[in-house]
Amino acid sequence: MIDKSVSTTEEAIAEIQDGAVIAIPGFFAAGVPRILLQALIKKGVKDLTLACGCGPLLGASEELKQLVLNKQIKKVIDSYGLYRSATKGAADPFEQAVRAGEIELEVYPMGTLAEKYRAGGAGIPAFYTSTGVGSVVEEIVITNIHENRAKKETRMFDGKKYILEHALKTDFAFVHAYMGDKEGNLRYRRTARNFNHVMATAGKVTIAEVENLVDPGELDSEDVHTPGVYVQRIVQVPRVTYAITID
Amino acid sequence: MVKQFEGLPREMIAMRASKEIKDGDYVNLGIGIPTLISNWIEGRDIILQSEIGMTKTGPLASGDYVDQDLINASCQPVMQMPGTAYFDIFQSFSMIRGGYMDIIAMGALQVNDRGDYAGWSNPARGLDLVGNIGGSMDLCAGANKLIICMEHTTPNGDLKIVKKLTYPATTKGKVNMIFTDLAVLEVTPKGLLLKELFPGMTPDDVQSVTGPKLIIAEDLKEIQL
Repeated sequence: MIDKSVSTTEEAIAEIQDGAVIAIPGFFAAGVPRILLQALIKKGVKDLTLACGCGPLLGASEELKQLVLNKQIKKVIDSYGLYRSATKGAADPFEQAVRAGEIELEVYPMGTLAEKYRAGGAGIPAFYTSTGVGSVVEEIVITNIHENRAKKETRMFDGKKYILEHALKTDFAFVHAYMGDKEGNLRYRRTARNFNHVMATAGKVTIAEVENLVDPGELDSEDVHTPGVYVQRIVQVPRVTYAITID
Repeated sequence: MVKQFEGLPREMIAMRASKEIKDGDYVNLGIGIPTLISNWIEGRDIILQSEIGMTKTGPLASGDYVDQDLINASCQPVMQMPGTAYFDIFQSFSMIRGGYMDIIAMGALQVNDRGDYAGWSNPARGLDLVGNIGGSMDLCAGANKLIICMEHTTPNGDLKIVKKLTYPATTKGKVNMIFTDLAVLEVTPKGLLLKELFPGMTPDDVQSVTGPKLIIAEDLKEIQL
């Protein structure tokens, strides 16, 4: 019988080493794999690249603070990684580290990021999108580290300009799901889904924390949002209530 | 410098903008004044899309209805409606980029008379190139009609409708209409057309707080609330 489940989050992330690139789903406070992030902090691995989508680390602000204090983060990829308020941002250890050049922040439009992860998990090496045409996004990769501002290519299709963007595959992907079975099939709840599926496909080793771990057959086949083929490890975690805010 | 003219409060800018939306429209509302548009469309057949992955987003939720798995793009808890659909981020931005949104309403730092606008990065924050793009550029790329809702000037009285953007652009040439506390303007191939103004103001008043030379509509009227 296929059983991808493990008993502890420690076991779930056992393979993660220094320098790992980990996809972190979540849209602000919803659908963030907080328990796995806590395990990551406890494990103490360093030089991590956290490939996000829309501010999961603003939602899991306590976890972000700890990761920054422990100097575990080398780089963050996101579309919305900074506090909206400039005052709050100036006092935030993560933004201070970005300002000082200690942590790299690479920024993409959110839809481009969604497509990068999708392409990464779907065997598509690169794609064209008109998102960002007319902005600096069409010229260079947006990052605080000057040497990494690679030039972008553009091309015309039917008289309109498009930007070439590349797929994003990661070593690991964390996922948060409402329910998963032992074969790795996952079901999300409402808007907590957001980046979870595309990141599950983009990660070489996908580790899912689920609020309800069930046997195969108990998650109705019609309700599977992420087929288990994309998931390598699954661990049950408690459903934690958290503040619905990024302020 | 100080803000010269007092016009509509934010809620009323949103109310005026809400009149641009037709029944049956699929709409996405950005952060800021555009979010307030949702207060004015309850009971109308308008479908709000939230970029997080939801269509037919309901009103803000409170009390027992608050569900931490159900938020809008501003991280506020919202309600589900009969006819709501949930989908993932790839699906969400496919429908956005693919041109399925009839109206996109965004806030802005600056707009010019060619329909360029800036909103994703404020260099005064001192973060060099990095800022928060979020879904703004994708929304612009796919918009059939892009409207900007904002104050006409900053609290300090600095111009927001300018000849040349000094903040990094979010998009170029895509803004169709601008709704402010003082005026309703349309971006046209000939320039910025002043269509409506706040009661008691003259076209010269509005021009005095607007960078590009305004074309005055022949049927100029007061803001139609």
